[in-house]
Amino acid sequence: MNWQETVRTGWDAVRSHRLRSGLTMLGILIGIAAVMLTVGLGQGARQTVTSQINALGSNLLVVTPGSTTGTNGVRGGAGSASTLTLADATALASHDVVPDVAAVAPTVQRSESLTAGDTNWTTTVVGTTPDFATVRARTIAQGRFLTADDVTAHAPVVVLGPTTASELFGGGQALGRTVNVAGVPTTVVGVLASAGSSAATNQDDQALLPFTTAADRVIGGSARTAVQAIYMQAATNDALSGAYQEANAELLALHRIGDPADADFTITSQQSILDTANAITGALTAVLGGIAAISLLVGGIGVMNIMLVSVTERIREIGLRKALGATPAVIRRQFLVEAGVLGLAGGVAGAILGGLSAFLLSKAIGQPILVSAPVTIGAIVVAIAIGLVFGVYPASRAARLAPIDALRSE
Amino acid sequence: MSPLIQLDGVGKTYRSGPLEVDALRDVRLRIDEGEYVAIMGPSGSGKSTLMHVLGCLDVATTGTYRLAGADVGQMSEEDLAAVRNRRIGFVFQQFNLLASMQAWRNVELPLCYAGVARAERKDRAMAALGRVGLADRADHRPGELSGGQQQRVAIARALVTEPALLLADEPTGNLDSAATTDVLALLAELHSAGRTIVLITHEEDVADAAARVVRILDGEIHSDTGAVTA
Ligand SMILES: Nc1ncnc2c1ncn2[C@@H]1O[C@H](COP(=O)(O)OP(=O)(O)OP(=O)(O)O)[C@@H](O)[C@H]1O
Ligand SMILES: [Mg+2]
Repeated sequence: MNWQETVRTGWDAVRSHRLRSGLTMLGILIGIAAVMLTVGLGQGARQTVTSQINALGSNLLVVTPGSTTGTNGVRGGAGSASTLTLADATALASHDVVPDVAAVAPTVQRSESLTAGDTNWTTTVVGTTPDFATVRARTIAQGRFLTADDVTAHAPVVVLGPTTASELFGGGQALGRTVNVAGVPTTVVGVLASAGSSAATNQDDQALLPFTTAADRVIGGSARTAVQAIYMQAATNDALSGAYQEANAELLALHRIGDPADADFTITSQQSILDTANAITGALTAVLGGIAAISLLVGGIGVMNIMLVSVTERIREIGLRKALGATPAVIRRQFLVEAGVLGLAGGVAGAILGGLSAFLLSKAIGQPILVSAPVTIGAIVVAIAIGLVFGVYPASRAARLAPIDALRSE
Repeated sequence: MSPLIQLDGVGKTYRSGPLEVDALRDVRLRIDEGEYVAIMGPSGSGKSTLMHVLGCLDVATTGTYRLAGADVGQMSEEDLAAVRNRRIGFVFQQFNLLASMQAWRNVELPLCYAGVARAERKDRAMAALGRVGLADRADHRPGELSGGQQQRVAIARALVTEPALLLADEPTGNLDSAATTDVLALLAELHSAGRTIVLITHEEDVADAAARVVRILDGEIHSDTGAVTA
């Protein structure tokens, strides 16, 4: 009996026991679809978080006031103390002192109410410098961005995010119009291009003012030179750690702090944010993958059960086939093909179902679900392996029996 | 006539735990080509055991069995499968048809293992079904056939490979008298076509069809109407 014949025999056996074959395939199918969905969900979440973090800008370092290493004594959390000043930002912008930093943008920000005519809209008002566009990777859709002259002149101008502009002016022209920012009349000189899909961080809804204008007239406060955050862009990806070291040393010197452990500022790199986020989504993927593995295991036990029952009830058939001239090798191959066909058919159907439901579910919940080839193939291989171990092993044991012992078995 | 079957001092001992059952004891038997032999004996006397040894479905514990001159005890598993496939046709009391396959697919089965091409297999299976008078039932499954019809399908399956030896273990045991007559007529026809037939039965009138009757008692040959001195 050649392979082609064996495949036909195996396929006939699968077809002639529709219910049994269907149940076996269902177990595999559900297991594989579940693995694909859950692992895809985890990987999709990871991708979303990564792209959101990358949308903040590239090679980014953020200096915030206060320390997160508060081990000795009382110390405010990061951002709570106004220990960063415009002078720090100016120093960091010096190429001689901090050669690895390409651009520096100090920021102050607060939630304020904006008015244009009768329209009211509350958004985040950010005071910053022209480098902000470079550091945060923002581009202008209309008009222009803030200039150094705006900052020097304390100019009453504003650049709006696209969402903010359309909330205030509807579909109409925003350029040249007047917006009252916390009661201060400013002229719209530019509208930002959308930051892209990561709208969750509200990067499209903000109003950018020259740093000086914001500090003097909008946000004010006790120290007009206080800065809430300094965004720095390293010249290249390789320069990131150099930039970190240089900025750290410069700020320690400026603040006259001898022991780095006493630093009154914190420098966070985009990479460390990414690492933290990846650790979280990695844990999420592992948990989801674990659940999926359990469902595959449950499906596998179902398959195993059906295979064992099916071989046991077919020991008489094996005996008869041997009596009619089948060699043990032929019997083994027949069951190998049967198990393989069931595993493969169940696996492929499961992969199709998993892919399809991943597509529909990601549309429904607005989250990407990544269908990953290695996971899919791995799950199919596991499914086939289950079929082979629990279908072929007992069958080949039965094939070694004397035909009459197999025929007599009940 | 040359001997087709030659048993010398064949014994078969079943061991289940501490219990030993001598199902066959020192059996000497020679059956020539073209003979029609009936084997009779009370229940438990070892008839089926003898049949299984003759059909290479089981191996003797002691003694030698030569089939067409070849020592079966020396054969590999693959050789035995080939012998069962080409030289021997079986008819069981319980028919032993595969319920999921149509009649012609059941009949075709031995040809699959003989490596016969598909088209030829179907032709030969249909011809064999024609010989047992069931050509019109080829597409029926065993569950849709009467007991007598199922046994005729089993006979068609036994003769489809044109084996020299036909072994039948109580082939009429589950059949009524009309179906029994059919099956016996079929066997008689195969015998007259030159086939060697060994038939196990409880019934004297079934045994009457055979030219030679071997009686077994407690695993030993008690009498033989046509013993050839080996
Ligand atoms: N697999 C087995 N294990 C143990 N003992 C067995 C086995 N098969 C048969 N026997 C014993 O061997 C003896 C002969 O059995 P066998 O089936 O050959 O009898 P039989 O003549 O065919 O009887 P019947 O007419 O009832 O079919 C019996 O005592 C039986 O109990
Ligand atoms: Mg018996």
